[in-house]
Amino acid sequence: MDLQTLTYIVVGATFALYIGIAIWARAKSTSDFYVAGKGIPPVLNGMATAADWMSAASFISMAGLIAFYGYGGSVFLMGWTGGYVLLAMLLAPYLRKYGKFTVPEFIGDRYYGRSARILAVLCLIIASVTYVIGQMKGIGVAFSRFLETDYDTGLYIGMGIVFIYAVMGGMKGITYTQIAQYCVLIFAYTVPAVFISMHLTGNPIPQLGLGSKMADGSGMFLLDKLDETLKGLGFAEYTTNARLSTFNMFVYTMSLMIGTAGLPHVIMRFFTVPRVRDARASAGWALVFIALLYTVAPAVGAMARMNLMDTIQPAPGQWLEVEQRPQWFKNWEKTGLLKFEDKNGDGRIQYVADKEKNEMVKVDRDIMVLANPEIAKLPNWVVALVVAGGLAAALSTAAGLLLAISSSISHDLLKGVFAPNISEKAELMASRIAMAGAIAAAGYLGLHPPDFAAGTVALAFGLAASSIFPALMMGIFSKTMNKQGAMAGMLVGIGITLFYVFQHKGIFFIADWKYLESWGSNWFMGIEPNAFGAIGAVFNFATAFLVSKVTAPPPEHIQHMVEDIRVPSGAGSATGH
Amino acid sequence: MSKHASYWKANLRLVFGCLVVWFLASFVFGILLAEQLNSIRLGGYKLGFWFSQQGSIYTFVALTFFYAWRANKLDHEFGVREE
Repeated sequence: MDLQTLTYIVVGATFALYIGIAIWARAKSTSDFYVAGKGIPPVLNGMATAADWMSAASFISMAGLIAFYGYGGSVFLMGWTGGYVLLAMLLAPYLRKYGKFTVPEFIGDRYYGRSARILAVLCLIIASVTYVIGQMKGIGVAFSRFLETDYDTGLYIGMGIVFIYAVMGGMKGITYTQIAQYCVLIFAYTVPAVFISMHLTGNPIPQLGLGSKMADGSGMFLLDKLDETLKGLGFAEYTTNARLSTFNMFVYTMSLMIGTAGLPHVIMRFFTVPRVRDARASAGWALVFIALLYTVAPAVGAMARMNLMDTIQPAPGQWLEVEQRPQWFKNWEKTGLLKFEDKNGDGRIQYVADKEKNEMVKVDRDIMVLANPEIAKLPNWVVALVVAGGLAAALSTAAGLLLAISSSISHDLLKGVFAPNISEKAELMASRIAMAGAIAAAGYLGLHPPDFAAGTVALAFGLAASSIFPALMMGIFSKTMNKQGAMAGMLVGIGITLFYVFQHKGIFFIADWKYLESWGSNWFMGIEPNAFGAIGAVFNFATAFLVSKVTAPPPEHIQHMVEDIRVPSGAGSATGH
Repeated sequence: MSKHASYWKANLRLVFGCLVVWFLASFVFGILLAEQLNSIRLGGYKLGFWFSQQGSIYTFVALTFFYAWRANKLDHEFGVREE
């Protein structure tokens, strides 16, 4: 059976599975399943949270970035797991104790006022839309390969499917569907990794295979061989190649970590667990299931790079003939995401670091995970499985984010602030319009995304890190933080981060709208815009502290509220959605 | 000091301790001292590289469970556990 038919079947089967579970769960008992996590053990709830969390950035994009950045790609691995430690210890138990439904609601109550709530909504919308752009890039890549069209067409089709998926409720809130999505996703990610690890090193466990010797009889460790091959062609050494600088990596990692603890769709899950101690346990289990993918990803990255180099240079000095290039190579050329140019006209493809001589003129990092099983010559069903897994990851997260965006517009802004008397029907309508608007905006910007999928998502994390995380943290850990301080902090934090990001990437990521280009790139202490959120957060904390010192302290009842959320006893039952 | 205030103090001590480990496993061993640690090997892995791509993640998982276990014990000790 050819690959495309097989992909249709596998993708179709997984979707049928999700829908089937959704219908089954709904028929069994409506109310129970809408309170996500109610009556569901923390282990399964953690699994569902992991499915929610891992998006196109984790599944499709991250290992590809690691493949090309090597050690520098570690920022994603540490950043997107370490954030859970912060979430578990600094936010989740207290927000659960507080027991409201959305993040802006908490901020509005803690900083006593509608203005704080509106500001929080705006910050969340900016961060979430940026996040969706990243998902769109991943979805576009997956669809363009799967339907064998160019990237733009793949993206348009993807937009349509995301809309249908999100309007159907995204099959979210139904924990069992997400558990199924997690199973598909982790299976699809691990199977090719096990095959490839087995093939390259003889060790079926990718985490161990990455640290093992090659099975080709050379007796060399895989990572040493990769280092040597890359250095020989003028590329940076895989295991030591820092991203710009040690300081930049530090800041980048920090930005992703605190951004994790500031994004609405993950925090929301902890509002709905039955008890405060379940919030703690759920964070742990979620991290276990996330770690299953995140510890495999570095092996996928390194091994994909190895196989790619071996395909293009089968023997030292022996480059791949243009006419001999494999089918996967030609298929990816159709998407426009992979391109070669026989510059010296020798009928072979040279892949070297020197830009003048390099003939692999375009290798989009986001294709690596999807292309990986084909490069390794794995059977077609594995390739189809990876496409299905990538789509599950991208669609579930995109739908979750779109729901967060639309509910913050209809619930927090319209019903909560501007039109309290709005009818339920009008509220639903408003949320649909908001969703369509967000998809159109993110899709349009996804035609020329500011970075690879994971890089774009990193920008979203930076925006959340610089605005929401400090406000939440100070709201819990400081009794004296007041409205003026928190609001000034959020404004300065996100303002300064947006200024830096837009200066590099253009206003609203439209490349023509760059400004102050004469300042150069990464001018602030050599930090790249993707990593700037941590700096924004520092400004946020500092501004909030200074402003709160010179303005009136928060009222008595707010201070009592803070004392109350710090203690688990007396927590109300979980909020339903 | 009231019961709640001393509970909060004990909790802050626990969180601080955990965050020290969190910081060491990722920022210190995986980034700041990675170059120095890379001279030590763990099979085919250089140690600094291993911390940044494997070790830090294992540490985070263990740490979150340790925190949950300790925090639940604190709830008990101070009698602030939910029903």
